[in-house]
Parts: sequence; structure tokens; C-alpha cells
Amino acid sequence: MSSANPYLDAHGQDTRNVHGHDDGHGDHDGAAHGSFKGYVTGFVLSVILTAIPFWLVMDEVLPSKQATVAIILAFALVQVFVHMVYFLHMNTKSEGGWNMLALIFTLVLVLITFSGSLWVMYHMNENMMPLSIHEAKNLP
Amino acid sequence: MTAMQERSTLMQSLFGRLSWDSIPYHEPIIVWTFVGTIVLGMAVLGWITKQRAWGMLWRDWFCSIDHKKIGVMYIVLGLIMLLRGFADAVMMRAQQAMAFGDAMGYLPPHHYDQIFTAHGVIMIFFVAMPFVTGLMNYVVPLQIGARDVAFPFLNNFSFWMTAAGAALVMTSLFIGEFAMTGWLSYPPLSGIDYSPGVGVDYYIWALQIAGVGTLLSGVNLLVTIVKMRAPGMTLMKMPVFAWTSLCTNVLIVAAFPILTAVLALLSLDRYVGTNFFTNDFGGNAMMYVNLIWIWGHPEVYILILPLFGVFSEIVSTFSGKRLFGYSSMVYATVCITILSYIVWLHHFFTMGSGASVNSFFGITTMIISIPTGAKMFNWLFTMYRGKIRFDLPMLWTMGFMLTFVGGGMTGVLLAVPPADFVLHNSLFLIAHFHHVIIGGVVFGTFAGINFWFPKVAGFKLDEFWGKVSFWCWIVGFYLAFMPLYVLGLMGVTRRMSHFSDPDLRIWFLIAAVGAFFVGLGILAFIVQLVVSIRRRHELRDESGDPWNGRTLEWSTSSPPPAYNFAFTPRVHALDAWWDMKTRGYRRPQSDFVPVHIPKNTAAGIVLAGLSVVCGFGLIWHIWWLAAAAFIALVGGAIYHSFNYDRDYHIPADEVSRVEQARTQQLAALQG
Repeated sequence: MSSANPYLDAHGQDTRNVHGHDDGHGDHDGAAHGSFKGYVTGFVLSVILTAIPFWLVMDEVLPSKQATVAIILAFALVQVFVHMVYFLHMNTKSEGGWNMLALIFTLVLVLITFSGSLWVMYHMNENMMPLSIHEAKNLP
Repeated sequence: MTAMQERSTLMQSLFGRLSWDSIPYHEPIIVWTFVGTIVLGMAVLGWITKQRAWGMLWRDWFCSIDHKKIGVMYIVLGLIMLLRGFADAVMMRAQQAMAFGDAMGYLPPHHYDQIFTAHGVIMIFFVAMPFVTGLMNYVVPLQIGARDVAFPFLNNFSFWMTAAGAALVMTSLFIGEFAMTGWLSYPPLSGIDYSPGVGVDYYIWALQIAGVGTLLSGVNLLVTIVKMRAPGMTLMKMPVFAWTSLCTNVLIVAAFPILTAVLALLSLDRYVGTNFFTNDFGGNAMMYVNLIWIWGHPEVYILILPLFGVFSEIVSTFSGKRLFGYSSMVYATVCITILSYIVWLHHFFTMGSGASVNSFFGITTMIISIPTGAKMFNWLFTMYRGKIRFDLPMLWTMGFMLTFVGGGMTGVLLAVPPADFVLHNSLFLIAHFHHVIIGGVVFGTFAGINFWFPKVAGFKLDEFWGKVSFWCWIVGFYLAFMPLYVLGLMGVTRRMSHFSDPDLRIWFLIAAVGAFFVGLGILAFIVQLVVSIRRRHELRDESGDPWNGRTLEWSTSSPPPAYNFAFTPRVHALDAWWDMKTRGYRRPQSDFVPVHIPKNTAAGIVLAGLSVVCGFGLIWHIWWLAAAAFIALVGGAIYHSFNYDRDYHIPADEVSRVEQARTQQLAALQG
């Protein structure tokens, strides 16, 4: 045992480390490809979440249209999350948390873009668009 | 129907809007430009043929999927397009210096309008973007200890798509016309009613095709930085340039789809008669302005953030110290990334939002100057009590620091909504954004080119001509743009091809002299390149680490081998290479293993070429051509995806031979 490893660096680690990340086939840390059960759960949930809004519209269950729209939007939002969890296999840990971070960033940006545009365009519309005849007649 | 009309219908379906009248041969300036381009082009092509370099150029460069070569090609594209963009600038300066009172100058308004539009589009999309993408492409994988980017073929494809966009813009010079709308093509002016020609269509398709390249390269570099860092390189041990590149690519991935969508809506308005942005039928042009700036403001930071990284690397290397406040630098970068999404309205304070909207966006804009200021102090404190070496990269960096602070302050001025009501659309604004873009992006690119050139070529760039170039740029920049601040304060608006007040003329003359000096600066840079290549044996650097660098790219030979690193380095500290040097790093001598790398392919350049044809067909309404090219494009992409012969191994013997030659070279240097 006379030969000390000549390739140890100052930290005692082998400088010849063969780290095979060049082939692009490395396994995905943490992100499983999902199970049969997971896909079925996702599918069933999606069907239910689609069927209820469909029924609400076709049978005109609710008296007010606004309420129907709001409920459909709520179901859509839930379904987005069902897809992300069961089909895209996203959770707080997959890809070392990067997926979650990317999701939060995306949500923040979408929120900024939508709410900002609505706010800005509301102002523009109020201040800049030509008045209707009705509005013009009622000018102070 | 007469025979005449019948033939025209046939011609219509064969050539769309294209006819002999589309060639602007009655405009002498364009004809002479065309002649000049042909002569110069033939000279270059002839020279390449004489050198018998076509095969080499095609195999080793055009088809290359090596991130280093693609990075160099991006920079070359940027430099070529810089010449075109600068020619536009000179023409504008000359026109504005002449056209007073009775003198109308030499450019008719419709030509002048195309020139300022082309200048803006080219400088942002085909000069600044290729520069930053090129720097990131070359440096990032080396800095994080990777062998290539995550998707090497995609990288080649991205480059050629960017080049394809540039090719379409250049085509518009000689066939048809370019947009006359300003660089963001606001409707209703860019709508079909007011711009019935092909100019806006050239604009749309050039940007859409180049946008594909930009988006894919953003995804590529993002994945590379997130997934392919060397073991031990945690996020907070990543070089600052890698950090700013990460944030830039996040911005690209998040922002560019908005541009794509807005341009798609505009093209629907123009091609199929929808009314998203028209004056009538419920359209609202203000929505275009709103959406395009939601992309446009992050775009500004896409351009400047990588250069902030370049300056950080240079300041710490040439001060011989680690960067002051590394973590605050990282947090400042992340803050800027987020904040860049909530300031877009400052580009249209005057469009009519109320006080609450304007004050919100005014305040967020002012807040951005805080993290930027923090960066400036970090650079200053890094220099403080450092042993500063005033080499070329450091000169450019100091030029940047002085210039950028000034440009930033006029930016804060413009962020005050009441002030903006006075200054908006004036030459003050033009002076401001050239102040920050030239002072930041252009100076940063030159700093980066001077800094990393020895890594790319194996020899340093000539010092004397570099200094000539630097001083010409500095003097030229201040002469060209300070007068515009004065004019802007006097209320002179942008995009004018003629002025009636002769008292203003002196300021435009000074600005023209400034443009002349900038021209000398560009010329001196070209001379610097030529002189350096001729003196390459004197300027040779064999160490691979000419500046006593701190990050991993300086641990490789210059130029680095195709595989970058025979063994992936292990990282234990920030400034990994500095750490390895101080702790006595020894190169591995044996036990090399084969290196798995991807094969070159012509698919990228072929697909991008088909995109140009498709775009050309769409622009001129030659539907059969567009459809055929599109089908070929999709088919080609599918065909290429079945090509399984795309990688090979560099045998261990070969790796061993290269590495041992390098070890001997280093030993000879020390001995």
C-alpha cells in the first residue's frame, strides 16, 4: 500500500472523477414516471371535473349565468392542478424543487401579466376611448 | 376577361406581390449599396474559394454543434450586423445634419423611415442579442465545467434561425422595402390600412423566425445551467456570469412567447382581416402597445444582465480579488429579474392611464435603480485596494461604469411621470437609451471579446489598436449623444427627417462628428483583429490562463479541446479555478476514458434555410412557395428526428494524447 493515489486534489477528492452527465440519459432525480394507479386517478378526476361543468351548462342548473361562469372557472383551475400532479408528476420535490420554483415563477408572471393588463387597459379604456352617444349626452 | 388580365392572374399566383417593380433600382443609394455589397461579397467568397476553405467552413463551423464554435458564430453574426446597423446610423446622422430649412437632405422621408426602423430592429435583435447569446454560449458551459450545452443540436439550429431572421432583414434592403413604422411597429400604423406594403411583413417574419432561435437557445442554456453544473458547484458557488446568464435565460423563456403572440395577432390582422388592433370593429391598438412592452421591458434586461456578469468577472480578475459582495450581487440580479416584469408601463406613461397607474409604474421603475446601484458599489468596492491591472477588458469596464451611471440617472429622470410627459418621444429619450445600451451592452461586449479572445484563439488581442478603438468609442459616444440630450430638453422629437429651425443645426453637426468617431472606433476594432491575427505568434498565450483568471474556463487549454474537460472538475469554492490554483492542482496523467460527444449535422442550417424561403413566401404572398417550404420544414424536422447516427466517442487514446501534449506544454512553460 505504498502508492498514494496521485490524483487526489487538495481536498482529498479524485480529480479523475468520471461524471457522466454528458450523455443526457441520466436518470431524473425524484421525478418518477408515474404509476397506472396515478394515471387512472388523474383520468377519473379529470372526467368528473369536466362532466360537472358540462352538466351545469346543459341543464342550466344555476339561476345566474355569472355564477355558472365562476364555478366553471373554479373547476378549470382545479383541473389544471390535477393535470400537473397526476400527468406531469409535479410535486414540491421533483427535479430537486426546480419544478415547483418554475411553477411559482410562472404563476407570478401570469398573474402580473393578466392583472396588470386588465388594470392598465381599464384605465386606457376609461380615459382614451371615444365616448358613446349616451355618455357624451351625460357629460357634466 | 382579356388575355392580359389572365396572365396577370397566373403571375399573381406564381409570384404573389413580387414583380420587377419590387426591386428599388430607381433609388441610386440602394443601387450603389447593392453594387457595393455584391463587390464586397464576391471578394469575400472569392477569398474563401482561393483559400479552399469552403469544406472546412461547412464541416467544422456551419454544421458544428460545439457550443464554442456556435458562440463564435453568434459573435461574428453580431459584428456583421453591427456594420449594417451602424451604416443606418451614419445615414441618419448625415441626413439630420443636412436637412434644415430649404435643404431637404439626401433621403426622402419614406427611405428615412425605413432606415430608422431597420437601425432599431437590427441593433436590438441582430447585434445585441447575438452578442449576448454568443458570449453565454461560449463561456457558460466552460464556467460550469460542462462539456457542451444540454441540447447541442438545438443550439446549432437556434443560431441558424437567428441568422435566418437577419437574412430576411437584409433581403428587404434589395427586394421590396422594410417597415416604416419604428422598431416596435405600433398599430394602427403597422396595420394593413396604413402599411399596405411588404415592409411590416418583413419585420414580422424576420422577428418570428429569429424568435424561435432565441427562445430555443434560452431553454437550452437554462437547462444547461440548472442541470449540468460540475459536482460541488452549488448555486451559490456559481460564477456571477453564470448567474446573470441563468436569470437572462429565465427572462427569455418567460418573455419571448409574449412577443410571439403579439406579432401573431398583428399578422392575423394583416393577413386574414381580424380586428385585434385596428381602429374599428372593437379593435384596440393600445393593447398592442401594452403587450409588446410586457415583452419589451424584460428584453432590456435580457440584454444588459449578461454584461453585468461579464463586468463582474473582469473587475474581480483584474483587481486580483474575489468579487466584493458576491451574494448581494446574486440577489440584486434576481431582484432585477423580477422587477423587470412590473415596470413596462413606463414606456407609455403618456398614453392616458390615470394617476394611480402612472405613479405605480413610476415608483417600481425607480426601485430598479436600487439593485443596479448595489451592483455598481460592489464593483467599486472590488476595485478598492485591489491591485488593478489596466488591460483592455478593464478599460472597457471602467468606461462602462462611468457611462452607465450617467445613463441610469437620466433613466430615473424619465421614470418620473410628469417629467416623462415633457421628455417622452423626444431626443432626450433617444440619448438615454443609447447611453445605457452603448455604455452597457456594447462596451460590455467589447470588454468580453477582449477578455475571452485569448481563450477562443490562443492569442491576445493587440493592445494598441484596442486602446485606439476604446478611446474613439468613448469620445464618439459622448459627442454623438450628449447633444441629443440638449436637443431633447429643447423639445426636439425623434424620427424627424427635416427641421425648420436652423439654430438647432450645430447640435446635429456635433452629433455627426461623434458618429464619425464611433465609426473610427469600429474601424480600429477591425484593425485590431487583423493586426492581432498577423502578430499571433508574438501575442500567443500557451498557459490558457493569460489574465490569472478565477473561473473554470481558464483551467482549459486555449482554445479548449472539443470535449472541454477530460474529467469533470470538482468544485469546492466560489472562483473554482483560483481555489484549485492556490491549493496546488495537479492535472490527471492517465486512466483517460473515451468521451461521448455529438456529431456535426447540416440539419440546422437546412431547416433554417427552409424557414427563410417560407418567410419570403409569406411576405410576398407567394402561397405555394410558403406552403411547400413549410411542409419541407416540418418533414425535414421529422426526418432528422429519425437520424440515430448522431454521436460518437473520442477514443481514450486520443484524449490521452491531447491531454499529455497539454501537460508537456504546461511543463515546458514552467521549466
